[in-house]
Amino acid sequence: MRKSIDAILPPATLLVMLGAIYMVFVYVPTDKVQGIVQRIFYFHVPLAIMTFLAFGTVAVASVLFLWRGTRTWDRVAHAAAEVGMLFCTLVLITGPIWARPVWGTWWTWDARLTTTLILWLIYAAYLMLRSISGGDQGARYAAVLGVVGAVDIPIINRSVYWWRTIHPAVLVTREGGSGLSDPRMQSTLGICFLAFFLLFVWLTWVRNENMRLTDEAEVLRQRALGQA
Amino acid sequence: MDNLNFLFAAYTAVWVLLFLYVLSLARRNRSLSKEIEELRELLQRRTQP
Repeated sequence: MRKSIDAILPPATLLVMLGAIYMVFVYVPTDKVQGIVQRIFYFHVPLAIMTFLAFGTVAVASVLFLWRGTRTWDRVAHAAAEVGMLFCTLVLITGPIWARPVWGTWWTWDARLTTTLILWLIYAAYLMLRSISGGDQGARYAAVLGVVGAVDIPIINRSVYWWRTIHPAVLVTREGGSGLSDPRMQSTLGICFLAFFLLFVWLTWVRNENMRLTDEAEVLRQRALGQA
Repeated sequence: MDNLNFLFAAYTAVWVLLFLYVLSLARRNRSLSKEIEELRELLQRRTQP
């Protein structure tokens, strides 16, 4: 199982990612209003959705860890949090780079931007807690934070409807309104979603394996010390 | 091309950070695998009469 995942997932991710890059830079037409910077969206939006998926995974795995108490779920939560943190950082970098030429400012305390920054801070605290407090108790405190932090995800999602905001609400409208109306834009976004989903799964898998090896090394170290 | 530098900056940031993370994971995995191998050999040597 482990070997087949290691053999299939990296080349599949690479292949789809190369396809996504080709579509973003060659295939998709340039947006008439925003110009070339609109192409940032094709990575920014999937990164944001995968951030939600990653932190959602943290919450679910944390609940299972608190319920069952198995180290496997704790590892999944920790690995997904780290990958989610990387993706959330990239969202917070690519967003302002897009905003500068379109909005005329790098950052504004808009509802969606602010709640996304809060999400980043919550999971930064989660990872800091994990690094300073080891053991079962530290893992349990972190799991509680991992569950509570995920409450921010639906708030981010609904923020554009609940508050006055300048952040785009939807990318594709059924009524054919603003957004990605061109089918080539929609298919490019779809491939980018798939690419970042595979990347999320692969990175979480590798980080999880990394933690499993850390645990295995610790057991062997203890055994070696016990024999000495 | 207007604002090409912004597009370049965004994609560069994505690739650089992703590359650094993958590199750090690969390094950690390599060093852990090596350590596990060494510890196994050590334990095996000790258990042999």
